[in-house]
Amino acid sequence: MAFKKSAVPFNGTAEQEARLNKVIEEHKNDPGALMPILQKAQDIYGYLPIEVQTMIAEAMDIPLEKVYGVVTFYAQFSINPKGQYKISVCLGTACYVKGSGDIFNKLQEKLGIGSGEITPDGKFSLDACRCIGACGLAPVLTVNEDVYGRLTVDDVDKILEKYA
Amino acid sequence: MNKITTLDELNAVKAAAAEVVNVRVEGKSDSGVKDVLVCGGTGCTSSGSMNIIKKLEEEIERCGLKDKVNVIKTGCFGLCALGPIMIVYPEGTFYSKMEVDHITEIVESHLRDGVPVKKYLYAETVDGDNIKSLNDTAFYAKQHRVALRNCGLISPEHIEEYIARDGYQALHKVLTSMSQDDVINVLLASGLRGRGGAGFPTGRKWQFAKASVNDQKYVCCNADEGDPGAFMDRSVLEGDPHAVIEAMAIAGYAIGANQGYIYVRAEYPIAVERLEIAIKQAEEAGMLGDNIFGTGFKFHLGLRLGAGAFVCGEETALMTSIEGNRGEPRCRPPFPAVKGLFGKPTILNNVETYANVAQIILKGADWFASMGTEKSKGTKVFALGGKIHNTGLVEVPMGTTLRTVIEEIGGGIPNGKKFKAAQTGGPSGGCIPPQHLDIPIDYDNLIAIGSMMGSGGLIVMDEDNCMVDIAKFFLEFTVDESCGKCTPCRIGTKRMYEMLEKITEGKATMEDLDKLEKLCYYIKDNALCGLGQTAPNPVLSTLRYFKDEYIAHVQEKRCPAGVCKKLVQIKIDPAKCKGCSACSRKCPVGAITGEIRSPFTIDQNKCIKCGACIATCKFDAIKKG
Repeated sequence: MAFKKSAVPFNGTAEQEARLNKVIEEHKNDPGALMPILQKAQDIYGYLPIEVQTMIAEAMDIPLEKVYGVVTFYAQFSINPKGQYKISVCLGTACYVKGSGDIFNKLQEKLGIGSGEITPDGKFSLDACRCIGACGLAPVLTVNEDVYGRLTVDDVDKILEKYA
Repeated sequence: MNKITTLDELNAVKAAAAEVVNVRVEGKSDSGVKDVLVCGGTGCTSSGSMNIIKKLEEEIERCGLKDKVNVIKTGCFGLCALGPIMIVYPEGTFYSKMEVDHITEIVESHLRDGVPVKKYLYAETVDGDNIKSLNDTAFYAKQHRVALRNCGLISPEHIEEYIARDGYQALHKVLTSMSQDDVINVLLASGLRGRGGAGFPTGRKWQFAKASVNDQKYVCCNADEGDPGAFMDRSVLEGDPHAVIEAMAIAGYAIGANQGYIYVRAEYPIAVERLEIAIKQAEEAGMLGDNIFGTGFKFHLGLRLGAGAFVCGEETALMTSIEGNRGEPRCRPPFPAVKGLFGKPTILNNVETYANVAQIILKGADWFASMGTEKSKGTKVFALGGKIHNTGLVEVPMGTTLRTVIEEIGGGIPNGKKFKAAQTGGPSGGCIPPQHLDIPIDYDNLIAIGSMMGSGGLIVMDEDNCMVDIAKFFLEFTVDESCGKCTPCRIGTKRMYEMLEKITEGKATMEDLDKLEKLCYYIKDNALCGLGQTAPNPVLSTLRYFKDEYIAHVQEKRCPAGVCKKLVQIKIDPAKCKGCSACSRKCPVGAITGEIRSPFTIDQNKCIKCGACIATCKFDAIKKG
């Protein structure tokens, strides 16, 4: 998987750093602590830029390569920041056979960004996801917590307008 | 809740809760109390069931029915296509596709005055003046619910309701009257096989782990349901989490482990939340902890969240991931039963497998073995999806035919389209063509026809789906999810994907088809783990049953289903074209030309197949083909 360096500079706060250090302190000695710590760190910062990975590696006293290796292995972890509105299109089998691929292409075209990227104004980010389990509503996409189901390509404009 | 330490105390909780649950289970309500069950599974929550619950509670309050009606948020009922779903007990009337605007009328008419509002009921349950219970509908009548028996019936956030349904009785029985070998022997005799995919006998797995001598062992649950289109494990976790917890404690006793881990997908927030609640309640009730039922048996349970890696469904990869590493698989042997999590003997079963265990202990191995086929016992849950009327969850005895599942329970294919294939086993499985619809479904039959059970996703495809495109879709998934550790999978699947891309673009030769097939067998024989070894299955099975479609792509440069964009041609039917020029004005690349009032034509070299002309034509004269 290839990652582009994000155009948005890292601007973590001291408050976020304090929260992160508290999480690390709590979990540091659990067996297999790295994953839960990364998950909580992503909750705090919204993503895991190299700056956050470095803080975790130093506090846990493990090599940065190890942290980076784990972060880049799992699809849930993101090195790029997410938009104000996170759009995820389900490309699971049930949605795909009902045409979610076309919906995803239309969004790429409309937003001018690819999968895993963010619009320059920071408003929208786009991801393809695998099965959110709402196969009964296929094809499905989500914008932050909102779920839109039984979609056609023509619905894309209406949905984007709602968040414009 | 107080700690339960004896059978009498467990039975007292059971008796008290049974009164509440019997309105739904037995369909009788002496006190006149009604239970309104609203599905809180992922499917129905996505279609807005939480707003339904809120409005229901407001309206019930307003009508002064608070003491007469209980609103209960349950797990999945199975019929996700009709969500949000609401069922009113004791009568069992079934409201489908609920909207917030319907609530006031239903509360006033049905819950207050006792007259169900027919127009909002699931149409199949209304027969003139008669209203059928949901259990009599085609979707439910042919099902047999063992793993899903509590889903959609109890509130998953109350341990008492699980106890009312014989919950934790099996754990008590095991701890007080059975030896470790007794438990394993019952499982062996039942014939239960792993529901996660490969179908390894569960009892044998436990036997191996018990035989390993070590001061620390682990019990793990694979809830990293990664097959796109499969969601049965999630539904069990959302609807009946205690069934999994109880079974894991039983497994802990059988193999001599005092610690368990549930590895669950982070993409399933509702399941994670319900598991957290259930574990906390089980600890408070003393069903997890240091001295369970006063027997001195100790068992603790922890949750670990996956982070979106399909390969972590493979057992060694899952354990590597719990240890906090990149979830890469490793060579076996040593098997996890000898050397698993943190290097200690470990068993790993999936959610649906565990959901059967307590039932087998209570009802006996013979009861379980009486269901199913010779080598596949019990029931199997399938997640029906794709081009089918009743998308949702169904549980049928092993040996039921695909035809029964698709046509009778699933209600067939919508829009009068023709059935083309059923895909089972996700990215590791294959496509089953119409001529095999009458084969009884079990582990061995599915493998014999080139597919596999997998975790139970069942995606139906109709004539509009291109089988080469489907094979390419699964390969794209595997390429994406390949962990990269072994070469056959990392590079082989990528090469396969490229060949498929060539085929769908009409650039392939017949020689490429042979190469593709050879590469499939090479990867099957040489990949390190199950993901890689089964990755070629979608290609092999479509090559086997739909070779004519591949050949059409290669030789005729044609996609019979009209899916593969590069091979699709958009044409104007001269008989229907009125020469209005609307399409030519819409065409973004100026590919359409002609004289006004005579038929227009499309220059295929310029056309980018965007379909704008088709949408514009008022005379239905432009077609894809």
